[in-house]
Amino acid sequence: MTPVVDVASLHKSFGRVRALDGLDLQVGPGEVHGFLGPNGAGKSTTIRVLLGLLRHDAGTVRLFGEDPWRHAAALHRRLAYVPGDVSLWPTLSGGETIDLLGRLRGGLDPARRDALVERFELDPTKKGRTYSKGNRQKVALVAALAADVDLLVLDEPTSGLDPLMEAVFTDCVDELKEAGRSVLLSSHILAEVERLCGRVTIIRAGRTAESGTLAELRHLTRTAVSAETERAPEGLEGATGVHDLVVEGQRVRFQVDTDHLGSVLELLGRAGIRTLTSQPPTLEELFLRHYGDHVEDAS
Amino acid sequence: MTGVGTLLRSHLRRDRWMLLWWVAGTVLLYWSQAVGTRATYTTDAELAEAARALVDNPALVAMTGPARALDTIGGQVAWQAGAFGIIVLALMNMFLLGRHLQAEEESGRDELVRSAAVSRTAPIVAAALLVVAADVVTGVLVVVALVGYGLPVAGSVVLAVGLVGSALVLGAAALVAMQLTTSVRSAYGITGAVVAAAYVLRAVGDVGDGTLSWFSPIGWAQAMWPYSGDRWWPAVLFVPAVAGLTSLALVLLHRRDVGSGLWAARPGPATGRLGAWSLTWRLQRGSVLGWSLGTFLMGLAYGSLGDSVGEVVGDGELARDVLGVNGRDVVDGFHATSLAMIALLACGFSVSSALRLRGDEDGGHVELLLSTTLTRRTWWLAHVLVTAAGTAVAVVAGGLGLGVGFALTTGEGSAVGRLGLDATTHVPAAWALAGLALVLHGWLPRATVLAWAGVAGCTVVLFFGALLDLPSRVTHLSPFEALARVPAESWSAGPFAAVLAATLLLGAAGLVGTTRRDLG
Ligand SMILES: Nc1ncnc2c1ncn2[C@@H]1O[C@H](COP(=O)(O)OP(=O)(O)OP(=O)(O)O)[C@@H](O)[C@H]1O
Ligand SMILES: [Mg+2]
Repeated sequence: MTPVVDVASLHKSFGRVRALDGLDLQVGPGEVHGFLGPNGAGKSTTIRVLLGLLRHDAGTVRLFGEDPWRHAAALHRRLAYVPGDVSLWPTLSGGETIDLLGRLRGGLDPARRDALVERFELDPTKKGRTYSKGNRQKVALVAALAADVDLLVLDEPTSGLDPLMEAVFTDCVDELKEAGRSVLLSSHILAEVERLCGRVTIIRAGRTAESGTLAELRHLTRTAVSAETERAPEGLEGATGVHDLVVEGQRVRFQVDTDHLGSVLELLGRAGIRTLTSQPPTLEELFLRHYGDHVEDAS
Repeated sequence: MTGVGTLLRSHLRRDRWMLLWWVAGTVLLYWSQAVGTRATYTTDAELAEAARALVDNPALVAMTGPARALDTIGGQVAWQAGAFGIIVLALMNMFLLGRHLQAEEESGRDELVRSAAVSRTAPIVAAALLVVAADVVTGVLVVVALVGYGLPVAGSVVLAVGLVGSALVLGAAALVAMQLTTSVRSAYGITGAVVAAAYVLRAVGDVGDGTLSWFSPIGWAQAMWPYSGDRWWPAVLFVPAVAGLTSLALVLLHRRDVGSGLWAARPGPATGRLGAWSLTWRLQRGSVLGWSLGTFLMGLAYGSLGDSVGEVVGDGELARDVLGVNGRDVVDGFHATSLAMIALLACGFSVSSALRLRGDEDGGHVELLLSTTLTRRTWWLAHVLVTAAGTAVAVVAGGLGLGVGFALTTGEGSAVGRLGLDATTHVPAAWALAGLALVLHGWLPRATVLAWAGVAGCTVVLFFGALLDLPSRVTHLSPFEALARVPAESWSAGPFAAVLAATLLLGAAGLVGTTRRDLG
């Protein structure tokens, strides 16, 4: 099956600023894909290229197997988008905006729209100017979720939503997943990504740093181990996959690449384990490794 | 008052280039009138001869101001540059205030500033101080330039005080407008209307018995008679006007919430039926209406001068040049100039409307709109259609106003239809400048302000082209010069078609650029 989104070695510069520098991204049909990266990494730029708003310099971009720059309007029949920074028309009411976007997307189901307005507790009669940030976001979300489309492109869709509304959003995405729709979800909220996304792509400085299922990514990270042994353990120093080793007599603390956990535990076993605690990597650690400036080579 | 100093310093740093252009432009306006007049009339005898032709010429008086001491260079400078200098400086004040008060508030940057150690009135005080400083510096430089040229000191000071005082009154009016509205666009609209009203009131007053001129701060400045009596007492009027308007603005500031106008927004409908085309009309209908009302009132004012225009006009050569009269009715010449001025005023709409495309990008609307099945071409066309239609409506409304004013004064009812129709022949000039804006938007989206330079250039050519004897290869770049001066000349298809074709070409080039470049 052709991927819904297929981006390979995408390059895009704004004058001298290199926003994208060889980015890869694949979203399969029916997949909820997390799109992560530090501020300024190029997430929104990638999305704008995907929408045909920006013209890319090099690389290939395919949306439903076609070029989004040349067939933007036709492809847009099959997707709905929520921008990261929603700016509504100050003089239009929320309801008017939702219906306008719905019509421009080729019509929307009024019953579904009303249900969403209700679920998000949105007052559709307010003027764009008078909405709070969260409510502006809700207007764009309702308009996008009410559309009958194959792909949702969501750029930080929950920024500004309160926890209750975030939960509503999560439910909505679950329903989309059940209905077999694809979602590209750019987000900084890791819990949300963990909860919703089957696969994630992490980008850094315009380049894909990591891509895969969460389980696969976890595998690439380190587990913190601290242990007390009968004898001072031998061979830990210099063992592959062991980092930040601290030995205090019979007590040791270290980090180990999750790949090598088994072999390292064998070494510890030879020294006779008395106590052992190990902490699997949290998602935060996983991301922080990619976000921070002092990233060690992942490979 | 905490924070005023910090804000003022940051304003000065951000605005230094903008300030330089405005101030230098204003000073140059005055100085170039002195130089230009001397270049056109090299001897005092020639100047005296020209003055005889200009004195009591209602069309020119309506355009510039009361004709006094026109046989002196000083008198000519005050006459030709007086009203325009005030308008230029008033617009600078409006943009400075809008930029630092309302635009900041709209973008939310203002909240960032306010959350720092800054008092409620600090932003308004800092912006006001900036305006006062810029105006005073301009005034001083005008004096320096004119005295340096050799004009009398007293007259130059009177002229500059009138300029600064009048611009400050209009700036204070802008300050009030900004408390009344929630968007910088509507604040500019209200201020623009006030400035236009000040200009038109004194035009009608100057041609008539003078009463209406006293309702206009521009009239007060001109009543100071620079270089021809040097009266100081009208300057007293500036003080209560500035103080009153500024206090009003402060009272309003304390009565409203930051980020909102004086009136709370009313709720709107829960559902809507807008599409791409109806959206642009919905967003622009207010400004089409506002500008059309403005041109109508301007036409009404000029039309109400009626036949009096023809009775007193001299038969000097220069008057014929300026009015384009070739032995035909002087009234028609006056109406032709009035229609051209109305079309020029309508450029305020046509250019700002064309630049809403850019506004859609800056405002982030284009991202939302073009993520739907809407194509770039349709988005563009929907905007441009409203621009074209709205411009035509505004120009024709001005022509109808001119006709109604004329008909009310002279009883010649047929003038309404005739002048309304004549106005249509001036429409392509205003379209052409919108075309310039479109081509800039398509190819140089960061330089769209240059479209306003086009409007400024056409203004200079229209008002000073003949007086300054500008070379025809310069003046003919202006679509206003290229078109036939209907009704003084009969309509001719050639120039009309040429301006129209140029406009279409510019527009098409703009569309091509827009479909090829990054948006947003
Ligand atoms: N129109 C533009 N002109 C110049 N530079 C731009 C433009 N748009 C984006 N950039 C630059 O491209 C880089 C990527 O920006 P982008 O908005 O895609 O980041 P992001 O990953 O969405 O960040 P965030 O998490 O903060 O939303 C940044 O360095 C940004 O400054
Ligand atoms: Mg972003």
